[in-house]
Amino acid sequence: MITAIVQLAYIVATVLFIFALHWMNTPKTARKAVYSGVAAMAISVIVTWAQPEVIHHGWIVLAIIAGFIVGVPLSMVPLTAVPQRTALSHAFGGAAAGLVGTAKYYLWLHEGPENLTPFRMVAIIAEIILGYLTFTGSLMAAGKLQEVKWIPQRPVTYPLQNVSNIGLLGIAAVLGVALTLHPTAPWAPSVFPVIIGLALLFGILLIIPIGGADMPTVIAILNSYAGLSAVAMGFVLDNKLLITAGALDGSSGLILAIIMCKAMNRSFTNVLFGAFGQVQQAKAGGEQKVYKAETPEGAAQVLEQSNLVVIIPGYGMAVAQAQHKVRELYDQLKKRGITVKFAIHPVAGRMPGHMNVLLAEADIPYTDLMEMDDINADMPQCDVALVVGANDVVNPAARYDKSSPIYGMPIIDADKARTVFAIKRSKNPGFAGIDNELYFSDRTWMLFGDAKNVIGELVKQLSGGSGMH
Amino acid sequence: MSRRFIHWGGSGLLCLMLASVATAQEAPGAAAPAAVDVWPLLFVFVLATFIGLGVIVRVSRLLHTPLMSITNAISAIAVVGSIIVTGADYPREIRILGAIALFASMTNIVSGFLITDRMLKMFKTETKPGEGGRS
Repeated sequence: MITAIVQLAYIVATVLFIFALHWMNTPKTARKAVYSGVAAMAISVIVTWAQPEVIHHGWIVLAIIAGFIVGVPLSMVPLTAVPQRTALSHAFGGAAAGLVGTAKYYLWLHEGPENLTPFRMVAIIAEIILGYLTFTGSLMAAGKLQEVKWIPQRPVTYPLQNVSNIGLLGIAAVLGVALTLHPTAPWAPSVFPVIIGLALLFGILLIIPIGGADMPTVIAILNSYAGLSAVAMGFVLDNKLLITAGALDGSSGLILAIIMCKAMNRSFTNVLFGAFGQVQQAKAGGEQKVYKAETPEGAAQVLEQSNLVVIIPGYGMAVAQAQHKVRELYDQLKKRGITVKFAIHPVAGRMPGHMNVLLAEADIPYTDLMEMDDINADMPQCDVALVVGANDVVNPAARYDKSSPIYGMPIIDADKARTVFAIKRSKNPGFAGIDNELYFSDRTWMLFGDAKNVIGELVKQLSGGSGMH
Repeated sequence: MSRRFIHWGGSGLLCLMLASVATAQEAPGAAAPAAVDVWPLLFVFVLATFIGLGVIVRVSRLLHTPLMSITNAISAIAVVGSIIVTGADYPREIRILGAIALFASMTNIVSGFLITDRMLKMFKTETKPGEGGRS
């Protein structure tokens, strides 16, 4: 009877989880998704807690309270810090899976070795390898995104890196097979921690060679791993709710990773093992090209005369916290009857959809946020393309320069606009370390400075010019 | 093109998991009394993955960041396993591991859902300049 109620509740929870994801397909229904997800989670927790085998309640209450104490502040981080928070929560998810796998193995080893069937062992090994590598990998990613001092931002490479990484994972897999065949051998309890150690180490080494520009893909892959480790836990515990919810998460991470990879014209393996983003030293010594700088006054005049302005935001906008100033500029231009659209590249920012959230935070209607493929057709009619802290996603070299690391990556056609204004903090190359030809085009004028200040200046010029002082 | 890519990626992943699990099933000495029936679990996994792929492909690109935070919260379903390990009549050390896992999952659930809702509240179709947002 109790089993029936529990299973029924788990089915209801599964349905609610699927609806939660389904309602994410448009912003109109998306908030229902959260309610549905919360309801599903509440049902799952209550039903599980009410099972007769759960007899100690003190620690559960404490852990839940601690979860609230840490979780609530974590949900209030500024939106620019959302990528770090996401990476951190992947780390928590991985840790939870790894710990439960570890607990179950030692439990069964001492109290019922007959439970350690080969199938369960494979599931446990998969759970701990995925769980622990997600844990350290995500912590490293969060550290890189947070720009923690002792974690190098630039990709770190060394000879035989990929060979040694894969070798490490191979050793863990071989030990895993040995354990599966002899789960209760005398050496088994000491080999198990070795696998954990290897997984933890592999997670760190996997992220070390990855640069900031690849973070969106890497976060999506780690998302997928966190989901798959929950699936593995479901196999271990014979629990279908864990399997379905974990599979939903795993497929979501997979799809996001594929979208990110396609948006950069690269493969998974290339992202994980390619160490993208090293500064190209061969090119740096080449001919000295010159930028044409423009003043905010001049730029404001050109903006005023436009019909269509396309703003192309990038990670630089997030760094400078410029989204609210961008909103003021948007208002000023709209007031003059100028059409303003935002062109969002799928990999702009540090995680999928990062720019959309920042612009939504600044109250810009989402109907003006355009995807790359939709806006590119309009770019030749665009009077001004305003590049705010974006770099590689507007680099025309991606179209023709086969030697460029970003060759083949789909870009926003900023160079087809009649005039391009590019706001840039300094004259250094972007995160991927590649010179941007757009900046040297004869239609391009540079606005050097912090994005927030420069846009603030533009707004001041525009509001002054309309006789409002 | 993109559809095909997704299907290939998905099925590659599935084949890998299936192969490893199926091999384990055939391994000698599998006749333990507590063995669970593996195949229904695999069926559920495969079907759930395809439902996931089908649903997620339709998610608006505008919402990819909230999508990631809500799936974060959903994957904290690991809470179910953690509660049992923490609360059942197991040795102390095992339950400590469970409690840490429960704390980690609970953190993800709370922060995941709260931040998703916070972000989604910001997505509006129109706002009048100078006015606070309406919902």
